[in-house]
Amino acid sequence: MSGSRRRGGIRGNEAVAGWLFVAPVVVILGLFLLLPILMALWVSLSGWNGQGSPFRADVPFVGADNYTRLFTQDGLARENFMTSIRNNAYYVLLVVPAQTVLALGLALVVNRRVLRGRSFFRTAFYFPSVTSSVAISVMFLFLFANTGAVNSLLSVFGLDGPQWFADPRGLLHLSLSGLGLVDLAHPPAALTDGGLLGLSWWEWLSGPSVAMSTIIILVVWTTSGTFMLMFLAALQDVPVQLEEASLIDGAGPWQRLRYVTLPLLKPTMFLVITLGLISTWQVFDQIYVMSQGNPAKTTLTPAYLSYRTAFKDFEYGSGAAISFVLFLLIVVLTLVQRWVMRDRDRVPRTRARLLPTRTRRS
Amino acid sequence: MFHGRLRKTAIAVAAAGALAVTSACGSGFDDGATPQQSSGPAALQVLIGSSGDAETKAVNDAAAKWATATGNTATVTPAQDLSQQLGQAFAGDSPPDVFYVDASRFADYASVGALEPYGDKLANKGDFYDSLKQTFTYDGKFYCAPKDFSTLALQVNTDLWTKAGLTDADLPTTWEQLQATAEKIKAKGLTPLVVGDTRDRIGAFLVQAGGWLISTDGKQATADSPENLQALTYFQGLQKKGLAVFPKQVDAGWGGEAFGKGKAVMTIEGNWIKGAMSNDFPNVKYTVHELPAGPKGKGTLSFTNCWGISAKSKFKDQAIKFVEAMTSVDQQLAYAKAFGVMPSLKTAKDGYSQQFPADGPFVTGADYAHGPVNAPKMDSVLSDFDTQLQKLATGDPKAVLERVQKNIAAALGS
Repeated sequence: MSGSRRRGGIRGNEAVAGWLFVAPVVVILGLFLLLPILMALWVSLSGWNGQGSPFRADVPFVGADNYTRLFTQDGLARENFMTSIRNNAYYVLLVVPAQTVLALGLALVVNRRVLRGRSFFRTAFYFPSVTSSVAISVMFLFLFANTGAVNSLLSVFGLDGPQWFADPRGLLHLSLSGLGLVDLAHPPAALTDGGLLGLSWWEWLSGPSVAMSTIIILVVWTTSGTFMLMFLAALQDVPVQLEEASLIDGAGPWQRLRYVTLPLLKPTMFLVITLGLISTWQVFDQIYVMSQGNPAKTTLTPAYLSYRTAFKDFEYGSGAAISFVLFLLIVVLTLVQRWVMRDRDRVPRTRARLLPTRTRRS
Repeated sequence: MFHGRLRKTAIAVAAAGALAVTSACGSGFDDGATPQQSSGPAALQVLIGSSGDAETKAVNDAAAKWATATGNTATVTPAQDLSQQLGQAFAGDSPPDVFYVDASRFADYASVGALEPYGDKLANKGDFYDSLKQTFTYDGKFYCAPKDFSTLALQVNTDLWTKAGLTDADLPTTWEQLQATAEKIKAKGLTPLVVGDTRDRIGAFLVQAGGWLISTDGKQATADSPENLQALTYFQGLQKKGLAVFPKQVDAGWGGEAFGKGKAVMTIEGNWIKGAMSNDFPNVKYTVHELPAGPKGKGTLSFTNCWGISAKSKFKDQAIKFVEAMTSVDQQLAYAKAFGVMPSLKTAKDGYSQQFPADGPFVTGADYAHGPVNAPKMDSVLSDFDTQLQKLATGDPKAVLERVQKNIAAALGS
């Protein structure tokens, strides 16, 4: 579709036919995607309280009030929202790199021709991804219980495991106090006095809580299988000739990975990171099942907060506003990521077209 | 290459767009008063938040009996997630006629006009406990009939009690005695008391100190009172000395679980603990006592549901008759037998006490129990309060109360 141009003459009716062909999809997408988004947009600008239709005349229009409460008004709404943004940012910062590297590593391992029982490992690594996230969440609740498998294992090594799901202390705070830089009971006044958007610097710098880190481990473990599959598919597209050519040029294994394989995986890398960013900013199931934002709001995320605001407080407008802010955040971050991962060297692109894989993929 | 990437971005953005649709939208554009159908058979839709099969069956049987006797029909549906299903039904203009309303959510529903204030039309309105009626009163109007109720009491593990060298004479009736007894237990190397880390348990101490988070009419925040400060300081003292712990600290989901596993000698829970103990820990022997009195006397918390009637119901008169049948003395005693709840009527008290003599402390609690905070938009404020309570051991009680005061005042003002 991308290369189509308007043409006259014998092909003049193609446009009409084309629209006819895509009409079912346009209708379905419009009805189930675009229309609900527009309705939600209206709700986010209204003071609808959940009684009857939000499109009646007596539903008040409040303009950007629902949005300003999240950013400019000092209150619980802003504090909760900023806390959720902080939690989710640390979550994304840890999950996306970890799951990408792990997925790539696993794909490289199971792609090796000499590995015995390759299909067994492929299935094993992919298995967490096809299992229900609720089931896995419940299993992790058992694993990380205070007397669960993880703490039992730690105690074998003489370590006293934390109370995973009850521990709201931030990892960054813990490591700072571990280094003797700060005292957790008396944080430095320089950090607690100032702040941004309702949270003090000290709170912003907490890092993910111990409870959140269990969810991070869980998500990295479950999603890396899916992304491994994507990397694996891309790896199998890498032509053998290229590897052989680099071998003849005298490249070692590391050089082959760095200068041959990774550049060819760049489109897949982009896809994996984009999908990773989106799904991590939307994390909901695990929070809903495992922690509901507890302990001490350290696992509160915007998606869960949006749900709670709408369905528990009947502030549907605020809830919808949160989801729109989250939506914009994801779009902006995706664009930033695209800009970061753009092709910096223009010349190789034309050369790249000569490569069989590249032309096939474009 | 470029187009491929663009396409992927487009897919990614579209996928992100799907996220924005988190808010369910209803349909239907009619508004105005709902026409009433007062003659002819009514078809009542009843949505209940059932505690289990026993409750579902009991309500079903009672509804069928009422339907046969009056010539109407009543369809009882147990909800998976009551508050979410109700939210969707209200938004879609198709609410059930009769439904359970949790006391802590009642004000939210009443304030948006979802409930019919029918309380004063009930024939048996004078018979409900006053504290329960107060719970379901909003803006001076008694909205809906309390279904049943539970209160908090103190449970004591008999074997551990003896093991700690204590007798009945040591049973605490005041805060001072509670602390003294707890110290004796602690000296024997046992955990004295496990208490849920929420306002629904710790709040009882506020009531015993003579305080509460909000004024009786639900219009003023009263969280930063000296009484509340005294209560939180007392509780924090118990925590700091290791006399009171939260369930999570002893690896349990709630107080009853920790108590059943013998991780603590005492706990503070409601009458629902009976079912949990007989199902999960049938061999653990325990006794139930009234909560120790604070500086301002006895205090406990009550938890209850009411039979809400939708403001949009077409069969309001029949629905009120239905609720009267469901809350009659005989019916409530039948419910008590089926799934262990306490009747909300004063005249059912004797009948209940005869059938369940061990529940005396729970029933007596009704006389001095305090209901949940009954003002709208309190859910996020109170969960923030819970968050502060979870950190109470290392926190500053005064700062905690000032914070919740500020938040309640803001929520009431908006």
